[in-house]
Amino acid sequence: MPRISIEDLKRIKEEQTGKMVLRGGQFRAKVTVHMGTCGIAAGAREVMNVFRETIAEKEIQDVILTNSGCAGLCAKEPMITVEVINSAPVKYILVDKEKARKIFEEHVLGGKVVEDYALAIGSETMAV
Amino acid sequence: MCASPYYRLQLMMCAGTGCIASGSLDVKAALERELAKRNLQNEVQIIMTGCNGFCAMGPLVVVYPDGIFYNQVKPEHVPLIVEEHILKGRVVEKLLFKDETVKGRVPLMKDIGFFGLQRLIVLRNRGLIDAENIDEYIARDGYAALARALTEMTPEQVIEEVKKSGLRGRGGGGFPTGLKWEECRRYNNFPKYTICNGDEGDPGAFMDRSVMEGDPHSVLEGMAISGYAIGAEQGYLYVRAEYPLAIQRLQKAIEDARSYGLLGKDILGKGFNFDIGIAPGAGAFVCGESTALMYSIEGKRGMPRIKPPRSAEAGLWNQPTNLNNVETFANLNPIILNGGDWFASIGTENSKGTKVFALTGAVINVGLVEVPMGTTLKKLIFDIGGGIPKKRKFKAAQIGGPSGGCIPLGMEDVEIDYESLQGVGAMMGSGGVVVMDEMTCMVDTARFFTNFSVDESCGKCTPCREGLKVMFDKLTDIVDGRGQEGDVEFLIELGNHINNTSHCGLGKSAANPVLSTIRYFRNEYDAHIRDKHCPALVCQDLIDFVVLEEKCKMCGLCFKNCPSDAIVWEKKKVAWIDRSKCTKCRTCITNCKFRAIH
Repeated sequence: MPRISIEDLKRIKEEQTGKMVLRGGQFRAKVTVHMGTCGIAAGAREVMNVFRETIAEKEIQDVILTNSGCAGLCAKEPMITVEVINSAPVKYILVDKEKARKIFEEHVLGGKVVEDYALAIGSETMAV
Repeated sequence: MCASPYYRLQLMMCAGTGCIASGSLDVKAALERELAKRNLQNEVQIIMTGCNGFCAMGPLVVVYPDGIFYNQVKPEHVPLIVEEHILKGRVVEKLLFKDETVKGRVPLMKDIGFFGLQRLIVLRNRGLIDAENIDEYIARDGYAALARALTEMTPEQVIEEVKKSGLRGRGGGGFPTGLKWEECRRYNNFPKYTICNGDEGDPGAFMDRSVMEGDPHSVLEGMAISGYAIGAEQGYLYVRAEYPLAIQRLQKAIEDARSYGLLGKDILGKGFNFDIGIAPGAGAFVCGESTALMYSIEGKRGMPRIKPPRSAEAGLWNQPTNLNNVETFANLNPIILNGGDWFASIGTENSKGTKVFALTGAVINVGLVEVPMGTTLKKLIFDIGGGIPKKRKFKAAQIGGPSGGCIPLGMEDVEIDYESLQGVGAMMGSGGVVVMDEMTCMVDTARFFTNFSVDESCGKCTPCREGLKVMFDKLTDIVDGRGQEGDVEFLIELGNHINNTSHCGLGKSAANPVLSTIRYFRNEYDAHIRDKHCPALVCQDLIDFVVLEEKCKMCGLCFKNCPSDAIVWEKKKVAWIDRSKCTKCRTCITNCKFRAIH
């Protein structure tokens, strides 16, 4: 490792903070892929992979990707929930690889809900 | 797939000495195998952190970003965690922490009283960073305080800020850190040294070990700041050899800091030179005393010397030397970054900031906790510690190890700071808190600590070397049933002599456990001496081993557990102990739920 300057300290801090964002709880958007048995059978794993690849490719540091259980609407799986900070969560249904890419581009990065694929605004436990 | 994987989950596993002992490395290996089996190794990252503090519940796994807290995880649980949580996103209920005070299981760390009620300054990075990764320390503002000191502050300003913070020595003495530095800076005799005292020796104390293992850079940064403030270019870390993991992680941290130029010549290009060497100690308790410690580093026999001259004037190799405790150094980064006023706003009038305590003994949540000064003992033991296990009653807490004293039931509202503790006959010490329940004999406890001090006395001065041995023999007489009228008065007189005439701080406080147990539990001493009975049923020669008919519920637990077939019992009959077979092992007493054996 080379000797570092004060500027390097700041640079290392920024780079590392991105990698540690999961632990700090500070993120701009959160994508939840519902991965109950139903979701996995319907292709949630592929959807998850699309998000992982996109996040890695674009070196995005303020979006976290997580999974949760079945949301109850097994007929409409794979489902995902997108939460952008300061706005209500949005649930998408029947997501495939193509839709996942579009949702990521327009909603997660652009902040605009992809209405064609959306089921509802709110979470399964509480309507907004 | 991309070259650098995007991890969607991070599993933070505690790799402190406590959790390693309870098997965290086996769990890690099992997790790695299971993740590889399911091809998830590029999705889920395992990070080994320093001590998380909740040692009683180890091995611990915290899953981020959700902050789900699993405890007592065993390798056989791993497939379930991977299948349910990591693959399907369902929390594994049975591995969640069960809070005694709340019904049901509580999944989030911040909702667990043990974590939620703490205030972390010293332990700010615990469980959050990889202890062996300097970049993660930097990401949490590591070395930013050193950078600020070197670029924006003169050494005098650094000292001023530390004085303003009100920080006092965390090793036990409680001397104001800023004043210590100021005095050391005044001497123009070079080279000067700064030393970190990591010779934590109190029974039941593990605060410093945890900081050195879990966040080694915070100690190095604090030492570098002190070096800049007093004008030292060399620091020594004195760590007891019983802490191999701490030494290993500190060594790695020093090497990493050197290669970044954060230690060595011309640090951060600001012309300040400072380096640190590790001096392993052989684990003598007396080497925690500052002058003995310095002799030990010099390669001499560790014995305290007469002061003055104070170490600030003539310490290590007779050069001006500053010595602070591990925890004191770990406080410096936040003080420099947030300012002395911020630190002084936490705590009580004369004790600022927080204090780390090692909570052990008869308490449910054994572990490491950090609370603001002024927190009551009650809150520490009951709200954070979860209270006393097995529905037993709180009896006393020993604070300050073999130099401290006990605080009995009825005084648990005492606020923990330097002065209040001294007022009730205990002392802050380094922060070990041993909780005792009604099954603890106070005479026996005093004897235990006195025995420790007898073993660890360096032998230099007579009151400590001889006086403690006489005290120990007298206490042995009392617990063996040979106590006589006047023994307690003798112990008080001798104890006061030892405290008043010993040479160093350890001898001056060595009689405290005896004096404070006499002060609060005189009746127990009297029961041992006059009635030849141990009320807590600990001293085996002072127990009758008789079943009390009115208390016996005829459950037969004593009968089932007795290893020498000395108990006669049948259903619906009161048990009876055959004294000719009884070996006085106390198994029946510890198993009886009704305290029916006397």
